[in-house]
Amino acid sequence: MKTCLVVDDSRVVRKVARRIVEDLGFKAEEAEDGVVAIEKCKESMPDAILLDWNMPNMTGIEFLRALRSESNGGTPIVIFCTTENEMSFIQEALQEGANEYIMKPFDSDIVQTKFEQTGLL
Amino acid sequence: MKINEQDFEVYRTFLYKDSGLSITFEKAYLLESRLSPVIKKLGLNDLDALTSKIKMNDAAAKNEVIEAMTTNETFFFRDTHPFERFEKVVLPKVLESKPAGSTIRIWCAACSSGQEPYSLSIILKENAAKFAGYNFEIKATDLSDDILDTARTGRYSQFEVQRGMPITLLVKYFTQDGANWLINDEIKSMVNFSKFNLLDSMATMGTFDIIFCRNVLIYFDAETKGKVLAEMHGHIAKHGSLFLGGAETVVGITDKFKPLPGERGLYVPYDATSV
Repeated sequence: MKTCLVVDDSRVVRKVARRIVEDLGFKAEEAEDGVVAIEKCKESMPDAILLDWNMPNMTGIEFLRALRSESNGGTPIVIFCTTENEMSFIQEALQEGANEYIMKPFDSDIVQTKFEQTGLL
Repeated sequence: MKINEQDFEVYRTFLYKDSGLSITFEKAYLLESRLSPVIKKLGLNDLDALTSKIKMNDAAAKNEVIEAMTTNETFFFRDTHPFERFEKVVLPKVLESKPAGSTIRIWCAACSSGQEPYSLSIILKENAAKFAGYNFEIKATDLSDDILDTARTGRYSQFEVQRGMPITLLVKYFTQDGANWLINDEIKSMVNFSKFNLLDSMATMGTFDIIFCRNVLIYFDAETKGKVLAEMHGHIAKHGSLFLGGAETVVGITDKFKPLPGERGLYVPYDATSV
């Protein structure tokens, strides 16, 4: 079973996202910030990461840089899922190696489409 | 607001005759919910007033009701698969059949708010080098004036662009306009929008190499579907292809088209030059 790490400082968003990715057939893991997320990735690299931008301790973009510099950190499909919907943020995310970008609010259809388009489904 | 069977029949008859939409009394709730905004928009007092206008053949009222009853569910690269087949199978096959310098004509019938024809434009633009030497015409039609106005502006909400538009293509072909996203002029200029009722004669439409008519026929009864498909057959090239929705078929409806083996939703003329 493929795994998806949901990284968001909001428990509610994590819960909603977890349910969506589980419905898509993924085993879900959660992390409340980038620091916890990078530790989880070092333990076991997930297939997909649903990633918030603004989080305490380590932001989403900082996490992405850290992830992509790991030896096998290039493999997970990283999909930002954030309220930062300015073009400049999207461009920065793509530059740093994000595969897709979801602008909150989101629903299960959007997540499913992004998973399909990135080859996760 | 409750509609009785007698009034329902007024709407059912006119909708079928004027737009091909086929509704049964079980769908009365849908009619009720969609007529309320029409009554308000036209400044009428109640359903009786609207029904009277329909009975009197009031063109504006009829147009509003048709627009209200039309489902405009669409999104960019909807279902993914047809667009992949368009790029990788159908279009290359058409190009093989036509000499360089030819114009490839594509028709999006019932294009709604434009996401389908713009998705095709983006594919053509992304593959410009591969398809060089040919001209492309994308004709996009719909029954609704309002929805065509929306399509022509090329302005989409965040929610709409997220439903199917890959982020790299969003960055490449859209500019942010407040809370909305505006498709760029080059992509917009590749699509020619116009009003067209699929029940009307297609005599002035010319011949198309590829027709997209997805998730439209499901709203028609079998007889109307057959008529529309027969008419389309007269306006598609022998080497052409017809895309229908994933849940639609020609089987049992018409013998003018046949399914392309192994390609769900893709059909070719029964007298196709090649398959």
